[in-house]
Amino acid sequence: MSDLSVEAEAVEVSIRGLTKIFGEGEGAVTAISDADLILQRGEFLSLLGPSGCGKTTLLRIVAGLEFPTEGSVDVRGKSVWNRHKRSKAATKPISMMFQEARLFPWFTVAQNVALPLRVAGMPKAQRIERAHEICETVGLAGFENHRPAQLSGGMRQRASLARALVTDPQVLLLDEPFGALDAMTRDALNMELMQVCARADVTTILVTHSIAEAAFLSDRVVVLAPRPARITGVEAIPFPRPRSLDLQRQTEFQDMVAHLRTALVGGAE
Amino acid sequence: MNNSSFWRIALPILSVSSFLLFWSWYVHTSDVSAFVLPAPETILKALSEMIFDPKLWHHAKITLTEAVSGFVIAVSLGISLGFIMARVPAVEWAMKPFIVLLQLVPKIALAPLFILWFGFGLESKIVIAAALAFFPVFSNALVAFKSVDNGDRDVMTMLQATPLQRLILLDLPTALPVVLTGMEVSVVMAMIGAIVGEFIGGSEGLGYLAVAYLQELAVPELFGVIVVLTLMGLLLYTLIGRLRAWFAPWHASAEKA
Ligand SMILES: Nc1ncnc2c1ncn2[C@@H]1O[C@H](COP(=O)(O)OP(=O)(O)O)[C@@H](O)[C@H]1O
Ligand SMILES: [Mg+2]
Repeated sequence: MSDLSVEAEAVEVSIRGLTKIFGEGEGAVTAISDADLILQRGEFLSLLGPSGCGKTTLLRIVAGLEFPTEGSVDVRGKSVWNRHKRSKAATKPISMMFQEARLFPWFTVAQNVALPLRVAGMPKAQRIERAHEICETVGLAGFENHRPAQLSGGMRQRASLARALVTDPQVLLLDEPFGALDAMTRDALNMELMQVCARADVTTILVTHSIAEAAFLSDRVVVLAPRPARITGVEAIPFPRPRSLDLQRQTEFQDMVAHLRTALVGGAE
Repeated sequence: MNNSSFWRIALPILSVSSFLLFWSWYVHTSDVSAFVLPAPETILKALSEMIFDPKLWHHAKITLTEAVSGFVIAVSLGISLGFIMARVPAVEWAMKPFIVLLQLVPKIALAPLFILWFGFGLESKIVIAAALAFFPVFSNALVAFKSVDNGDRDVMTMLQATPLQRLILLDLPTALPVVLTGMEVSVVMAMIGAIVGEFIGGSEGLGYLAVAYLQELAVPELFGVIVVLTLMGLLLYTLIGRLRAWFAPWHASAEKA
């Protein structure tokens, strides 16, 4: 049917039968078992679960940093893994932001942000200009010539976000990016993240263990449980966009948080 | 200038001048022979004559050439081999026995052998200097390249960086501060290598000049050569410190320089 083909075209990331086992024999750890997920273009999806349930592993397999024991990951129709070899073509549209800012201390903020463009071969004047633009977008204006060591934790994560966005990625992978920050900085950065993602039709997978964060940012929340690590539920978050921080004070939102908490606890049992 | 920065300058001047005064007083009041220990002012007088003698500068140039050439060879080889061994475990396994053995051999003991192989000219001294200067750079480079963070490598992987881009943008900057520390030790070792080479087989250089003065029992001049050698070592060491401030200003170690 024509309907189906339109839908297939809008599929950005598809994860099928994904299993990852670390080690062998007695000491083997199943980090993720038989996970299936389809992400539509522009969708914001969160992976929610207690630590040790394989969230990071799942994200790293999608990013092409860890090979799967079984199953497949396709990004825009291209397979990320060909046997145990990472596909450059499939991972090209992906940007990843890690739990730590991972800025290089020998570069200034602008040089760090421009690094992806430098690696891609963009001329210096052009990439520094682009870095300054994106610094402005994420609230780093005036800090371009600072060194990472001179920045606060929140500012470093902003720079890290800027570096992830500078290439205009189509798929954005975020592994607890604001997990180490205080609640206020975190709220501010989440708002910025949501605005950036809304503007740039980007497909996002966010790993978090904050239920409120998942409910606030996402179109869908995937609930995972440990031992054995697996997906136990997928919840749609129907709140209309654009969303503001006010949403968090409304009863529908709090009901949703309660619902997700039940799903988390239920999944763990 | 506050109180503590005043003392930071005053105290070393005070301690050094008291030491020199005591030295001078000791030589003049005790019956120690002037051949064994000349007074500091005697050394200074000899030195002030030597520095107007082109002979000294000729020999100094020779020693500096040997030490710097040996140092440059040691640094290039040490960094390259350190990098290759850190990245290709098979090379490390294959080379391990040689590295351990060479590390255990007192390198100075190889000096006569190098004179035999490379002759009495500059080449043998350069080789001895390089042999002594190699290990501090190499072992620091090996550790430094191995210590590149896996998370940082993941960043470069996500950017589809080529091996050369990884080397220039990640590995070298990561390793540089530790390699520079090795270079500080190396540059002193290169000086020792060049001088020892000149001691045992040469007709030029400050090491040769020291031996010649010893044979003439020109002890103040011998001390003069030692002073020049010390200043040369200080110059090279300071230069590495400057390199650190230029190339690794982000690193805490740069602030000491
Ligand atoms: N490189 C690895 N080697 C061995 N075990 C690992 C490795 N990475 C993760 N694991 C294990 O896999 C499980 C899931 O880890 P992870 O994906 O980091 O969970 P999460 O991000 O949800 O906290 C954990 O039990 C962890 O110990
Ligand atoms: Mg994790």
